[in-house]
Amino acid sequence: MSATAPQTLYDKIWDAHVAHEAEDGTCLLYIDRHLVHEVTSPQAFEGLRMTGRTVRAPDKTIAVPDHNVPTTLDRANAATMTEDSRIQVEALDINAKEFGIHYYPVSDVRQGIVHIVGPEQGWTLPGMTVVCGDSHTATHGAFGALAHGIGTSEVEHVLATQTLIQKKSKNMKVEITGHLRPGVTAKDITLSVIGATGTAGGTGYVIEYCGTAIQDLSMEGRMTVCNMAIEGGARAGLIAPDEKTFAYCMGRPHAPKGAQWEAALAWWKTLYTDEGAHFDKVLVLKGEDIAPVVTWGTSPEDVLPITGTVPAATDFTGGKVEAAQRSLDYMGLTPGQKLSDIAIDTVFIGSCTNGRIEDLRAAAAILKGKKKKDGLRAMVVPGSGLVRAQAEEEGLAQIFIDAGFEWRLAGCSMCLAMNPDQLAPGERCAATSNRNFEGRQGRGGRTHLMSPAMAAAAAITGHLTDVREMM
Amino acid sequence: MDAFTTLSGVAAPMPLVNIDTDMIIPKQFLKTIKRSGLGANLFDEMRFTQDGQEIPGFVLNQTAYRSAQILVAGDNFGCGSSREHAPWALADFGIRCVISTSFADIFYNNCFKNGILPVVLPPEVRELCMKDAEKGANARIEVDLATQTITLSDGHVINFDLDPFRKHCLMNGLDDIGLTLEKVTAIDSFEAKATQSRPWV
Repeated sequence: MSATAPQTLYDKIWDAHVAHEAEDGTCLLYIDRHLVHEVTSPQAFEGLRMTGRTVRAPDKTIAVPDHNVPTTLDRANAATMTEDSRIQVEALDINAKEFGIHYYPVSDVRQGIVHIVGPEQGWTLPGMTVVCGDSHTATHGAFGALAHGIGTSEVEHVLATQTLIQKKSKNMKVEITGHLRPGVTAKDITLSVIGATGTAGGTGYVIEYCGTAIQDLSMEGRMTVCNMAIEGGARAGLIAPDEKTFAYCMGRPHAPKGAQWEAALAWWKTLYTDEGAHFDKVLVLKGEDIAPVVTWGTSPEDVLPITGTVPAATDFTGGKVEAAQRSLDYMGLTPGQKLSDIAIDTVFIGSCTNGRIEDLRAAAAILKGKKKKDGLRAMVVPGSGLVRAQAEEEGLAQIFIDAGFEWRLAGCSMCLAMNPDQLAPGERCAATSNRNFEGRQGRGGRTHLMSPAMAAAAAITGHLTDVREMM
Repeated sequence: MDAFTTLSGVAAPMPLVNIDTDMIIPKQFLKTIKRSGLGANLFDEMRFTQDGQEIPGFVLNQTAYRSAQILVAGDNFGCGSSREHAPWALADFGIRCVISTSFADIFYNNCFKNGILPVVLPPEVRELCMKDAEKGANARIEVDLATQTITLSDGHVINFDLDPFRKHCLMNGLDDIGLTLEKVTAIDSFEAKATQSRPWV
């Protein structure tokens, strides 16, 4: 392909980061930002020690504990953590210090979920390559950064070499035309896309999300969309940076300033897909056709509008028949049951998918002046200490507390239940997180994924609810 | 890393689609700072009751498959999180090869770092392997990485595709980091240029 051939956004970022290309197309991709958390990094740092290697670019390496940390107000008390969790967090403390990388410890107000802290602190910027030992690294694609999850061996590889061995993925375009209707959010877009493609529909691709309904979204909404690119199997999700992106980045602690800002901006403005660039796969959805959705099963592709009914296993074909029956049994649901009749025990608002300020605003707008259903467990877990502080300043925290929600400290919390926040067997949860896998929120726990506004609506009625009825 | 050349072993059938990494190794076992010992908890919530009793119906609890070294799996195996604990648990249990129609991207990469060969086959060919695996312990499947072939118990030979670089690394048990560091001058020169053109990074 000649240099003048039209390129996709992914092509441009890829080309700007190839440090070495072998004859067979295997590349060393230079990594601009490496985010690190406590669960997938200890073995990587240990590997460096065992081989006498060091961190090549400590200034580009940022660590924060998030998966294990308790979110209760008493978490400064070490007894709130199990022994093994404490060892993992302590290992990160030690590794961050020993290898001289940037670090936000649990005691720091800036601590939070790694994918919320990165953008918030201005580490994530357009056109960068960003990796982390966590699949939801896709979140950072909202800035027009090529961002994806890696395994622990690759974490060690990036620590030692600041590169990743990669072959280029194919280009996929997901266009959301028109505009969303009231009550429909970024979460409904991203779940609807996965519903349309399936969880393997993006395998082998980097997805670029585009179209007017994507442009309409705030940076928070765009992060929600890209966050779940991985649930559709894609290596990464991308959204071309625009004025909203630049406005979000400007003035962040680690964003460039002065002349460097101007130079960065000039380059960022070239980061878009050229007219006529080739996509290997295209999906187009009309924004107006997207409804508030929930998941009914144990795969993120098990998505239906809230107005729908629980399907039967026989509605599917191939291997999905057995999987759907297994999901129905696990979830304790009956085919034909109205989704809005499903009673819940717990509401979880938070996670790297929906733990940002706009998510809390959306939930609080529904909950204002109302109470959660009696007997229901409900918690809001802000994505970072700074999101928490802002929500308190805006009066959102008081709305949640008045509605009967627990107002927690920042962390991954019940999204993956590696910490004390878990579901009991059979407990059913309306969750704003990203995975409804068996056991994800606790062994036997039943997860229905949805937007923060939908989760808030469910908290009030005690069952899955169409938020549009409350607006 | 252990090199992978040939493997002859029992294959366990797991036809369920979308087996995710939370199923392969539930999150409570990620709280380790080691890579070893995870095989005991492979597929924990499918394999054991909450009080630790074996669930007899689960394939790896059946006599024929307790020492399986190969999995024949449903579509999209290994979807979900990036946790390398999933291939660590498989390898620790003794699984060195997984055969499916498709794998999630990160899991697929992670396998090669841990001496596990993931084989992608068209659905109808995967079904031949599945049928063979369902025969139990007497049906040993042979995998030969050099020739990129799988030989079923009846002698039927299946060819599979694989990226040559990944094959080379797996066959020789190569350390990726060592290989990359041989190209450190390319990295140095890229970094120097990038510092000029994008100093804000």
